Amino acid sequence: MDFIGAYSQEHLAFLWDGFLVTLYVAFISIILSFFFGLIAGTLRYAKVPVLSQLIAVLVETIRNLPLLLIIFFTFFALPEIGIKLEITAAAITALTIFESAMLSEIIRSGLKSIDKGQIEAARSSGLSYTQTLFFIVMPQALRRMVPPIVSQFISLLKDTSLAVVIALPELIHNAQIINGQSADGSYFFPIFLLAALMYFAVNYSLSLAARRLEVRQT
Amino acid sequence: MNVSILFDNFSMYMDGFYHTLLASVIALAGSFVLGVAVAVMRITVFKPLQWLGTAYVEFIRNIPLLLITFVFYFGLPNAGLRLDGFQAGTVALTIYTSAFIAEAIRAGIQSVSKGQMEAARSSGFTYSQAMLHIILPQAIKIVIPPLGNQFLNLVKNSSILGVVAGLDLMYQADLVSSSTLVVFDVYIFVALFYLVLTIPLSIGVNYLEKRLEKSY
Repeated sequence: MDFIGAYSQEHLAFLWDGFLVTLYVAFISIILSFFFGLIAGTLRYAKVPVLSQLIAVLVETIRNLPLLLIIFFTFFALPEIGIKLEITAAAITALTIFESAMLSEIIRSGLKSIDKGQIEAARSSGLSYTQTLFFIVMPQALRRMVPPIVSQFISLLKDTSLAVVIALPELIHNAQIINGQSADGSYFFPIFLLAALMYFAVNYSLSLAARRLEVRQT
Repeated sequence: MNVSILFDNFSMYMDGFYHTLLASVIALAGSFVLGVAVAVMRITVFKPLQWLGTAYVEFIRNIPLLLITFVFYFGLPNAGLRLDGFQAGTVALTIYTSAFIAEAIRAGIQSVSKGQMEAARSSGFTYSQAMLHIILPQAIKIVIPPLGNQFLNLVKNSSILGVVAGLDLMYQADLVSSSTLVVFDVYIFVALFYLVLTIPLSIGVNYLEKRLEKSY
C-alpha cells in the first residue's frame, strides 16, 4: 500500500475530475428523469386510456431489466439502427430511461397516497378533474415524494459507476486509471478507499437529509 | 430481428442464464444469513456491536456495488487472494445485498410494537424467548415484501458479473455479439432472459405487498 504515491496532487486532481463527472451525469439524469417520470406517472395515475396501458408495459419492462444492460444497449446497440450517441450522452440517456421508469412509480404512488376525500371535496366544490389533479392532488403529493426521490438519487449516484463499461470518465473509471499507474497494484487500496469515501460522504449526507424530511412530514 | 442468433447460440445463452441464476441464489442465501446477523447486531443492547452493525449497513449501502466488486476482483489479488469473476462478483453481491437485507429486517423488528416485548417479558419470557416466539413471527410478515424486492434487485444487480468476466448473461452476450458482430438482437434476447426471471418475481412481490396491506 503506497498512500503517498497514490495521493499525489496529480492523482487527487484527476480523481476529483471523475467525481465531478459522476455528479454532473447523475444530476442531469435525475432532472430529466423527474420530468419524464412526472408525465408517465401522472398519465398512469389518471388512467388515460391506451396511453396509460402503453406506459405501464414500458415502465414494467424497463424496471425489470438491469441498468447495465440498458447502458450497453444504448451505447453499442443503438448505432446499429442509426442512433449514435457520444459516451456522456449515451450514459445520460441510459440512466434517464431507467430512472424515469423508477421515478414514474414513485410519483404514481405519491399521487395515489392522497386521501380520496380530498378529490371528492375538490370535485364537489366545482373543480374539474384536471383542476383537482393539478391544484389539489399534485401539490400535496409532490411534498410526500421528496424523500423517496432523494433515495432514488442516491441509487442513481451509485449506478452512474456502471457507465465505466462505456468508458465514461467518472469516479471509478479515473480511480482505475490511477491504479494502473502503479505496476504492483500498491495504489489500489488507497485510491479505492478514497473513492468509496467520496461516494459515502455525498450519499450518507443525502440519506440523512431524506430521513429528516420523512420525520418532519409524519 | 434475426431469431437464428438466439437458436445458434442457445447453449451460450443458457449457460449465462444458469450462472445468473446460480449467482443470485448463492448471493440470496449468503446475504440473508449475513443480513440477519447484522440486523441482530443492531438491535442488541451492547453498544459497540450496535455501532459496528450500523457502520456496516450505512457504509455498504452508500457505495456502488461496482466498487465492491472491483475490490474483490482487482484489489484482493494484491493481498494474495485471487478470485475469478464469478466468485468475486457473487461475494460482492452478497455483501452489498446483506446491508439492504439487514436494514429491512431491523425495520421490520422495530416496527413491532414495544408493548409486545413488554407484555412477553412480564409474562415471564426471557429476552431471547420473547424475540423468537413473539417478535420475530410478527416481524417476518412485515419483512417479506421488502425482502422480495431485494431479491428482485439482486437478480438485476447480478449483471455486475458481466463487468468482471463472471460467465453470466451479460458476459455471454458480450461473447455472442463479438462472434456474430451483431449487438442489437443479441441484447434484445438477453433482455428477454432477464424478464423471464424478474417479471414473475415482481408480480409476486406486488401480490405480497397487496396482501399485507389488506391484513391491517
